[in-house]
Amino acid sequence: MLDAYIPVLLFVLVAIGFAIFTLMVSSLVQSSRYNRVKLEPYECGIEPVTDARDRYSVRYYLIAMLFVIFDVETVFMFPWAVIMDELALFGLIEMLVFLFILVLGYVYAWRKGALEWA
Amino acid sequence: MPAGFSALDFYYILPELLLTGGAMVVLLLAVLTPRNDNLLLGVSLGTLVASVLSVSLFSGLDVTAARGLLAVDSFAAFFKFIVLLSAGLTMLMSAPYLRVEGLKAGEYYFLILCATLGMMFMASGVDLITLFIGLETMAVSFYILAGFLKPNPRSNEAAVKYFLLGAFSLGVLLYGMSLVYGATGTTSLQGIAVALSGQSPSMVIVLAVVLIGAGMGFKIAAVPFHMWAPDVYEGAPTPVTAFLSVGSKAASFAMLLRIFVEALPAVAADWSALFWVLAVLTMTLGNIAALTQSNLKRMLAYSSIAHAGYLLIGVVVGTERGVASMLVYLGVYLFMQLGAFAIVVAMRRSDVVGDELKDLGGLFRRSPAAAFMMLLFMLSLGGIPPTAGFMGKVWLFGAAVDAGFVWLAVIAVANSAVSLYYYLRVVVFMWMHEDAQPGSPLVFGPAMTVALGIAILGTVVFGIYPQLLFEQAQAAAGTLEGFSATVALR
Repeated sequence: MLDAYIPVLLFVLVAIGFAIFTLMVSSLVQSSRYNRVKLEPYECGIEPVTDARDRYSVRYYLIAMLFVIFDVETVFMFPWAVIMDELALFGLIEMLVFLFILVLGYVYAWRKGALEWA
Repeated sequence: MPAGFSALDFYYILPELLLTGGAMVVLLLAVLTPRNDNLLLGVSLGTLVASVLSVSLFSGLDVTAARGLLAVDSFAAFFKFIVLLSAGLTMLMSAPYLRVEGLKAGEYYFLILCATLGMMFMASGVDLITLFIGLETMAVSFYILAGFLKPNPRSNEAAVKYFLLGAFSLGVLLYGMSLVYGATGTTSLQGIAVALSGQSPSMVIVLAVVLIGAGMGFKIAAVPFHMWAPDVYEGAPTPVTAFLSVGSKAASFAMLLRIFVEALPAVAADWSALFWVLAVLTMTLGNIAALTQSNLKRMLAYSSIAHAGYLLIGVVVGTERGVASMLVYLGVYLFMQLGAFAIVVAMRRSDVVGDELKDLGGLFRRSPAAAFMMLLFMLSLGGIPPTAGFMGKVWLFGAAVDAGFVWLAVIAVANSAVSLYYYLRVVVFMWMHEDAQPGSPLVFGPAMTVALGIAILGTVVFGIYPQLLFEQAQAAAGTLEGFSATVALR
């Protein structure tokens, strides 16, 4: 039964070997010249203004969670939109039910003041 | 409509649809009239009653719905009744508790309804995916409910612990399920049973049995997967603990029976041996740990672990009689466990937390009614006739002896004897110890009275006349498929 897993083992070995090989080759050919710009957290990007370890509002989490919910909603709607012809009226009603439940949650979050930034 | 679906499918999930609709109404009311606790309780209970009525519409049916994702049979109906009844009793005993703790009723009832919805799908799912989503719906609601006492660090600890360990155990369970899918190419329980029949079980399936057993063992708090239970039970709000120890346990047992009996009869010898060990460990460790507890909720947590051990006997036996007596025991356990927790809830007053054993000191002199009710529930949990707990144990242990598991029955009886010590210790505190801090007197409001009344009625009636419950359990166990294969293997 284990014979079937030999390709997997080979694959793992090749993967490890490839990683070691690449690291070795790059350490041989690379040139290492360090300067100020190189040692910054983001070599090409906006320069950080303060230390990242700072206190910030818990509302970021709240907004992030709300964002994820509505983001996933959109992800769910894409496959539906692609085969809308096939699903016809039934699919439309199903999607409206889904959106209705989601809007209910939205109303709840709104009334609870989750969208107010203060 | 897409192929395979019909209007009938929506009719068959009417109980679940009603529950979903009711939960949405409760959530809306929670923001529209947040302070109207009685209205919220009324709507939530009305939803449960409507759901119960619609479940009884399908009595006697034995069909699958929604492309074989759900079963509408007596087994599902039995567990739906148990789950809905325990949700109802939990809500009734929550009403005074929410007032004392100053908690928001709307979100609380909404989450209880959501957890119940998940449990209903666990009872009727006959596909690994349906079962898993039901379990997840229930678990997520409980993670929030466990931490509902926001300013209380212990409640927060309970929520975080339950969430982290729960997420991990769900991962283990899902891993087991994926192995089953890999070996058989289907998630339908019926399909898995067909794919596995007639061939010698491979290592993959045995590994899957162990992983699914561990994942479900966590949910029913079986030793050695019970570590979370005492901490979560102690930290969570008391009515939530009650619901967790009855509703969640019953639904998880339904799911466990569905998976192992319906889908994996081909490896029945393996999982029967696995659950034999788990059952013995669970009842023994649960009872021994309960002996030394000084906190009432913690003691009841260990006692509920021990009861999970007794219930596992039914799984080990694995025959129709075994499952039927297990269902009887679950039905009985519902009343006595919720009753005991209702008394603990009543002990919580504005000036007393009341969940320590010593808070019960001299309760008989202060509130004889509460003391006598607690006495009844303790005797029933310990299995003393003529209470329902005795009847449940007789059927369960009898089934074990019948199927040739004599040693298992002997260990279980010895364990029941041990358990009497800590159940009767509660009684000793109530009658013989000096008075605890009196605090304000115990008040039983209308909702609490109804909850306690139902619990007492169940404990007494099923102790004297268990016929009714037994017939229902027999019918329910009869609709579970896969027994013939189990018996043929032995």
